[in-house]
Amino acid sequence: MPGWEELFYGVFRALQLIFSGDPEIARITFLSLRVSGAATLLGGIIGIPLGATIALRSFRGKTIVISMINTLMGLPPVLVGLIFYILLSSTGPLGFLHLIYTPEAMMLAQLTMVIPIVAGVVITSTSGIDVGLREAAISLGADALQEVRILLWESRLGLLTALVVGFGAAISEVGAIMIVGGNLLGYTRALTTSIVLLTNQGEFVEAIALGIILLALAFLVNVVLTCLQMKSRSGLFAQTRSTKINRKVEV
Amino acid sequence: MNLVEMIGVSKSFVDKAALKGVSLSVRRGEILSIIGPSGAGKTTLLRLINLLIYPDEGKIFFEGVDTEGSEQHRRTLRRRMAMVFQHPALFDASVFDNVALGLRIRGFSERAVVEKVDEALRYVGLSGLGRRRAATLSAGEAQRVSLARALVLEPKLLLLDEPTANLDPPNVAAIENVVKRVNSDSKITVVFATHNLLQAKRLSDRVAFLWMGELVEVGETSELFENPKDERTSLYLSGRIIY
Repeated sequence: MPGWEELFYGVFRALQLIFSGDPEIARITFLSLRVSGAATLLGGIIGIPLGATIALRSFRGKTIVISMINTLMGLPPVLVGLIFYILLSSTGPLGFLHLIYTPEAMMLAQLTMVIPIVAGVVITSTSGIDVGLREAAISLGADALQEVRILLWESRLGLLTALVVGFGAAISEVGAIMIVGGNLLGYTRALTTSIVLLTNQGEFVEAIALGIILLALAFLVNVVLTCLQMKSRSGLFAQTRSTKINRKVEV
Repeated sequence: MNLVEMIGVSKSFVDKAALKGVSLSVRRGEILSIIGPSGAGKTTLLRLINLLIYPDEGKIFFEGVDTEGSEQHRRTLRRRMAMVFQHPALFDASVFDNVALGLRIRGFSERAVVEKVDEALRYVGLSGLGRRRAATLSAGEAQRVSLARALVLEPKLLLLDEPTANLDPPNVAAIENVVKRVNSDSKITVVFATHNLLQAKRLSDRVAFLWMGELVEVGETSELFENPKDERTSLYLSGRIIY
């Protein structure tokens, strides 16, 4: 049975693996980052406009749509994996795409989970914008697209939070990618699926080490996104050079 | 030709009539104050002129042009006016970016934006505050930024919806001073909603009295204050209508 010893050794082993540049660990880490990063990026591209449209427009059935998105935010990864397995398996309706047991299938499964998470957080943050600000944007002469851009800028912290939460869900997910990726060594083995495999094999130290690498990876991505949040306070609707010019004149 | 012509304009919200058959002309170059108790329809009147909402009945003409039409048509007309709201409605950005927003929406070059914003901030007595975050401003400063954001657009019509309602006397004086200056220097027509009678007296060429969505009386400032024609106006001016 594992105990405290495994935890401590796990930390040392993690440092050892990180600094030794183990090619297999690097490949697994890079695959996790690539799959979850792509799922988050695409999830943002789809989920942000989707969430903003739902939040800012009035339409029949809006409450039901929001309730559905909120429900899908808690979509069980195993269920997503199962559905994609059925769709993508060689005898499934999308079998001709030959995507089963590929990183692309893993990305698609994660994307399915990330979209409602991003859209849900965007709906919450965009709905909270003061109605007066919306009216001010229109009064200043904004057209519909400019209005959405201004309001998205206003809720930018919420948008970045949506991406942080989406990435967190994707990188830590194991059930879906295990089913559609197959955990194939050197091809579809990711950090989370490796941890499950190593735990099942009783390799607790190695599993803890990979867990720490996973945590460090999530931390690094969050630091980058948080830095973006902190820096996004100037340049409302500005062209690229505006802030520089602004500084020159206003000092 | 009058700058704004409202003919028989009515507007209701759910089951409440906010304006009832209002006909009002705004003359070019004047300061017209809209007075009336809370809930009289002052804000609704300004929002209708700013084309933010549609009238249920009646017509609104701006510079002789019927404002009814596509959103693009209304936006084109809206871009010739500017409105300052009771609450400053500033975005979570720097003072500079807030004042620049309307210019950027109109596609001005950044060089032009910098020059105009700098001048507008100087005009309202806030030069040097460009880099401050709007959220850190006092209420008076925020409202002056909101005024600069409107003035920088060089509008033909400036709509002010009780902009000094929650401000201290120095800021009220500063805003009134700016309004008088833009009206006399730049000949910008001003429509000013207020429930401060003394303010209306100080600023206006003409005054319109709204009561329960109805335009009771319009007249030259001195005439309306000294010889109101309608009994309701007399009651309001003497403080006998509770609001």
